[in-house]
Amino acid sequence: MESRAVKQPTRNPGPAARAANRQPPAAEGRARPAGAVTARTRLGDRGRSWLGHHREMAGEAVRRFLAAPMASGMTALVIAIALALPASLQLGLVNFQRAVAGWEGQPQISVFLHKRAREAAVTSYVEDLRADPRVAAVTYISPEQALAEFQQSSGLGDALAGLDANPLPAVLLVRPQDSAASDLEALAAGLRESALTDAVVLDMAWVERLARLTELGQRLSLGLGLLLALGVILVVVNTIRLHIESRREEILVVKLVGGTNAFVRRPFLYSGICYGLCGGLLAWLLVAVGVALLAGPVAGLADSYGSGYTLDGPGPAYLLGLAGGAALLGLAGAWLAVARHLRAIEPS
Amino acid sequence: MITFDNVNKRYESGQDALVRISLELGRGEMVFLTGHSGAGKSTLLKLLTAIERPTRGTILVGGQNLNRLRNSQVPYYRRNVGIVFQNHQLLFDRSVFDNVALPLAVAGCNRREVGRRVRAALDKVGLLHKEKQNPIVLSGGEQQRVGIARAVVNKPAILVADEPTGNLDPQLSAEIMQLFADFNAVGVTVLVASHDLELIARQKRRVLTLQAGQLIYDGIPSREAAYP
Repeated sequence: MESRAVKQPTRNPGPAARAANRQPPAAEGRARPAGAVTARTRLGDRGRSWLGHHREMAGEAVRRFLAAPMASGMTALVIAIALALPASLQLGLVNFQRAVAGWEGQPQISVFLHKRAREAAVTSYVEDLRADPRVAAVTYISPEQALAEFQQSSGLGDALAGLDANPLPAVLLVRPQDSAASDLEALAAGLRESALTDAVVLDMAWVERLARLTELGQRLSLGLGLLLALGVILVVVNTIRLHIESRREEILVVKLVGGTNAFVRRPFLYSGICYGLCGGLLAWLLVAVGVALLAGPVAGLADSYGSGYTLDGPGPAYLLGLAGGAALLGLAGAWLAVARHLRAIEPS
Repeated sequence: MITFDNVNKRYESGQDALVRISLELGRGEMVFLTGHSGAGKSTLLKLLTAIERPTRGTILVGGQNLNRLRNSQVPYYRRNVGIVFQNHQLLFDRSVFDNVALPLAVAGCNRREVGRRVRAALDKVGLLHKEKQNPIVLSGGEQQRVGIARAVVNKPAILVADEPTGNLDPQLSAEIMQLFADFNAVGVTVLVASHDLELIARQKRRVLTLQAGQLIYDGIPSREAAYP
């Protein structure tokens, strides 16, 4: 309460004092002590004024940003490029995952049967497999079917017709119930043990490679994202430091007339948010333009594979995430700059 | 209102700026502080405005011990002390009105109240008609009066001025002094540091004289200035 002591009004009323005090008529009735009455500010006023100051500072931050469009624009663009890199990598990964989603879901085990396996044994083996709860479906491809399919797809029809015997074995295509790697391995091992099977090919390697590759990409974009987020913070720290230096006089005066640190800090924090926000919006724009430029070639490529795949652009979620995240980074950078440099500016 | 009790101030350079200063300023008093440059005038004002802290001794302002003032409390303390600077410390990126309104904005005053009080303060210093101008176009005397309006707009109990007439001619200086006297007349405690001995002598007020950091005179001098 000690800090309040000074604010107690002095008590030496006098007519001259009262006149000079310029009190509103209503206050006269309450016989307020005149003289050097310290102006007090009501709590409600303070709350409103606090909000008002926030609004004012936010507006001022935008005005200052626009007052030097070249410098501000370049800072925002640096932020945008730094953010667009990890964002586009992330978006690319999402698109890649979507493109390969069709294959990844259905691992398949190819069981090549011995050429000398008897038909009846094979039929009963297929029946057994179909009864196995781990197996979802079994497709039997006879050597003749396999040959016909091969002739058709390979375009080597005439050359193969010249062969005197069908070199292809019968194949069982086993689609497992579960696609977990360990389950698949166990099922494949069981299939390998049968006397009828010559070879079992589990198409797992590429599934795993794909998963690893995706994970690698995700780690890479995360690492790059963290690194570049740090870069954004440093850019904002430096920009705000320059702002602080250029407004040194004002900071000194504000501190001398009783401005709190929070009051002094506020405009710079809003400037940081402003830089971040503009950088984030620009980053989204960069990614969107990039996607638009790639959409044509990608559609053509997908078409040549007979797929209707189209590239996903950065949606509203990206816009929100980039703008919000960048604004937070800007705020963090401004906070760091302010914490580091405002303390150094004290009246002397 | 203001009490210095055995106050010492030694700067980090080892220089003793103030040595065992003890003084007392009553509520509503108007006092001049004089002495050669380097005598400790500025240091005393800096202690009073919580820009510097005493090395030893106690400073009480309005019953509040400045030694115990936490850094976070300093802004609230300063709102009760109007400060006038020799070089005005006006901001040239905004109008006269906005300059004067700064202490109110800082204290969180509502807009209507700000307008009313700023105009009252500008009216008091006779610059109401220049509220929209940039202070850079004003004369030195007018700039100083804007500085005074800013110092009193929050109706502080104490007004401190550091060489407020340093750059002004005698007539303007007298006008500025009259302004301080007017504020004093309504109960504000005023402390003016100045080396203009003739001007001070004419005021017939209490004078404190510092020399090499020590208080060597405290009293109301006669017209002939019987002090160094």
